[in-house]
Amino acid sequence: MPEHDVLVIGAGLAGQRAALSAARAGASVGIISKVHPVRSHSNAAQGGINAALNPEDSWESHAFDTVKGSDYLGDQDAIEIMCQEAPDELLEIEHMGVTFHRNEEGFLGTRAFGGASAARTYYVADITGQAILHVLYEQLMKHPEVERYEEWFTTGLVLDESGRCSGAITRNLRDGSMELFKARSVILATGGNGQCFKPTTNALICTGDGISMAYRIGAPLMDMEMIQYHPTTLAGNGLLITEGARGEGAHLYNARGERFMEKYAPNKMELASRDVVSRAEQTEINEGRGYPDGTVALDITVVPRKRIHEALREIVNVGRDFAGVDITKEPIHIKPGNHYIMGGVKTDVNGETEVPGLYAAGECACVSVHGGNRLGANSLLDTLVFGRRSGEHAAARAAEIVLNPPSEALLHDEERRVSDLIRREPGQGRRISEIKTDLGEAMDRHCAVFRTADGLEEALGTVRRLREEYESAAIDDRGSVFNQDVIAALEVAFMLDCAETTLISAIHRTESRGAQFRTDFPERNDEEWLKHIDVTLGPDGEPHISYSPVTITQWQPEERKY
Amino acid sequence: MADYKLRVRRYDPESGKPPYWADYQVDLDGHRSVLDAILEVKGREDGSLGIRCSCQAAICGSCGVRVNGQAKLACNTKLSDAAANAAKYEDGGTIKVEPMGNMPVLKDLIVNMDDVHWKKVQRIVPWLIPAGDPPEREYVVPPETMIDVTQSMACIHCGACVSDCLSMEVDPLFIGPAALAKAYRFVGDPRDSQTEQRLNDLAEDPHGIYDCTHCFNCIQVCPKGVAPMDQIMRLRRRATRDFGITDQNNGRRHEEAFTNIIRKKGILDERKLLQDSFGVLRPQGQIQLLRSLPTGLRGFARGKITPRKALMHERLDGMENLRRIYDHAEDHHEEVNLYILGEGETQDEKEPAMGETAGGPTS
Repeated sequence: MPEHDVLVIGAGLAGQRAALSAARAGASVGIISKVHPVRSHSNAAQGGINAALNPEDSWESHAFDTVKGSDYLGDQDAIEIMCQEAPDELLEIEHMGVTFHRNEEGFLGTRAFGGASAARTYYVADITGQAILHVLYEQLMKHPEVERYEEWFTTGLVLDESGRCSGAITRNLRDGSMELFKARSVILATGGNGQCFKPTTNALICTGDGISMAYRIGAPLMDMEMIQYHPTTLAGNGLLITEGARGEGAHLYNARGERFMEKYAPNKMELASRDVVSRAEQTEINEGRGYPDGTVALDITVVPRKRIHEALREIVNVGRDFAGVDITKEPIHIKPGNHYIMGGVKTDVNGETEVPGLYAAGECACVSVHGGNRLGANSLLDTLVFGRRSGEHAAARAAEIVLNPPSEALLHDEERRVSDLIRREPGQGRRISEIKTDLGEAMDRHCAVFRTADGLEEALGTVRRLREEYESAAIDDRGSVFNQDVIAALEVAFMLDCAETTLISAIHRTESRGAQFRTDFPERNDEEWLKHIDVTLGPDGEPHISYSPVTITQWQPEERKY
Repeated sequence: MADYKLRVRRYDPESGKPPYWADYQVDLDGHRSVLDAILEVKGREDGSLGIRCSCQAAICGSCGVRVNGQAKLACNTKLSDAAANAAKYEDGGTIKVEPMGNMPVLKDLIVNMDDVHWKKVQRIVPWLIPAGDPPEREYVVPPETMIDVTQSMACIHCGACVSDCLSMEVDPLFIGPAALAKAYRFVGDPRDSQTEQRLNDLAEDPHGIYDCTHCFNCIQVCPKGVAPMDQIMRLRRRATRDFGITDQNNGRRHEEAFTNIIRKKGILDERKLLQDSFGVLRPQGQIQLLRSLPTGLRGFARGKITPRKALMHERLDGMENLRRIYDHAEDHHEEVNLYILGEGETQDEKEPAMGETAGGPTS
């Protein structure tokens, strides 16, 4: 039975960063991932990472942009920490080996990004996430003292008798065996839950595992209604076109050839914050000025071809392979698409959740630095800063406590639960894949750019029906080796938790702020709603809502214009 | 929508039965991918069909498989293309999907990449080793060097090149195209202090850079344009041209012998190639030459080498043209790089067309 001071679950940027910093602090560290670490979804971050590194720039400016981008729902103490630590974090990964773009003098060069008052986005072509992820994995290879458990799926977290999180139960995908991992501190870094939506830019692995597992052991979730729709995704398959394209100068046009952002954000135009641009596009589409396939056009041809090949290479591939469009020659049709969850497991600035011993970092966590809307290129920064802080803090905490081993009975219960699911007889029940599709379509229809009470209630009804259907759904695979069927079933259950808490929070927040736009409550209402919605699983098995205050340090809420 | 036929190589290690082919039919648009088709089968028909997959956008590298015998990412292989390709073979349009080659199969389309890939990556010392303490700010380096290594950074470790590598098939210990491309990422990085040591190590390793036989398969199958073989050739050029490394594998001598013979005769002279590759004046080379005698004798026995060919080697006409090619190639050391030139573009085409970019990017 493996035992570690610090157990990290998830091996994307936040997880690997946490593991490295915990190990550097002297802890024995294990890192578990359901896929090989370099398959993690951090790969998909294309555009870059923000930091106020230039002497002309300032962390205060970065922080203010982030606060404004969050529609004043972000906690300003956490945002200050993130923006203050950004330059050092950036330099540290540069020193580790990330091949950041250089300007002509050989110094780190930047590109412009949405919602930012200065060009402070550092990047590697349009594969920034991949480049950083691979460098962190190089560091894990350099430090074999961090034990890697690759292709192990975590089914649940365990508490000791005192209510402290003291480990996790996992299934080795290669042989189906299950293990109880013991740990003094556990860090969740399991990413987002975009698979609750269909289509989404998120990978198939983004199923909200950590958010749900934390919720199930009593940790509050926060800002779960804040779901980002990215302004430039391909219709149909939902693939992402980086914001870097607009950062490099690309324009948006409606079907009449109008550069419509003039109406919505006359100053920042295409580089307004994402919620603003997505709403503008959706308004154009809804009011009949889009293309028949429900899209508007992104024109990248205004960017010089040499620059496209050097800085937007991946988008050339995506356009060619997935849309049949040469983006250097013609505009590409895009629309807003599900992309990111600002909410997640509620943590403090050290990544600690309200369950002792449990930490969360990255997209699965809600610190909250993104509030109602995340700025582009702040997510990579969030994963690194709070991944590192969680790792350091979890290591320090582990050094102080004695492990109170969780009961073996927990492992046996979980083994039984999983094997019951594998052996369940296929009766009249629905297939797991159908439940997943129904969920994704309902969420995308009702919990997207524009929301109404009726629509959200309808989606919630769907989620509750799917929960019932889940109880009788059966799977095909009875095997032990790579039984992906049972994993998919466990993931869908995680997704249903995430979707339910998102919908309940979205129904509850009767105002429009950031990514939440209620057509029945179209105004921001600071008097009533300048607060976070927390959702906790009650002893009755039902979600319960409470509130936490928004921390305001130096920026009072004001009207938001771009 | 159209019906597509899929024949998938399946294997259940727990059944005790050998691998088998299973046929499926899916009704999907032709622009959808082979992965979409497999996920459709998994979702509707048989959830036990195993394939690793995640991003569906050709960035995570999970879904490497062989489609109609060639390594691909299932997610960026269109059904219409795959079916058209399959129609060229006997099965009349049935898309064949099987696990990647050169790797043990764990289940269905899932292979074990540990030994053939991940350990090889570990082997090349895959982390930056700068000299001394880091500077207070960033390392200041020429901008083009960072763009230059981006091509090898673009590798997503899908294993397609490893799957279809012919050298790997003969020598499973070959470090392999993906790991060597990764090695270039450090050799080409001016922040690294171990350039010569790395090149020396990779040249001296009997399974290193000289184990590649230029078959081009890796370039052809790479879904990200990494062109691993080009990166291996660049490692060789750096090792020989920049550091003068002469390796125990006779890799450098062999390349030089090859080049010189063609320069002189326009056609390959195998006898001389063998002599020059080993270096007949070196005691070690003489031993190696003697050791290769059985190979030579087998060549004689099978008519590959004839006494006439061996003793009186011909010379081609039009040698002045050949010399011009050599002169041109030696004057133009430009490396082909997707991040610098567009795919399939020449230097001239790189210049923007009139009016196309008038006013610059953000005007």
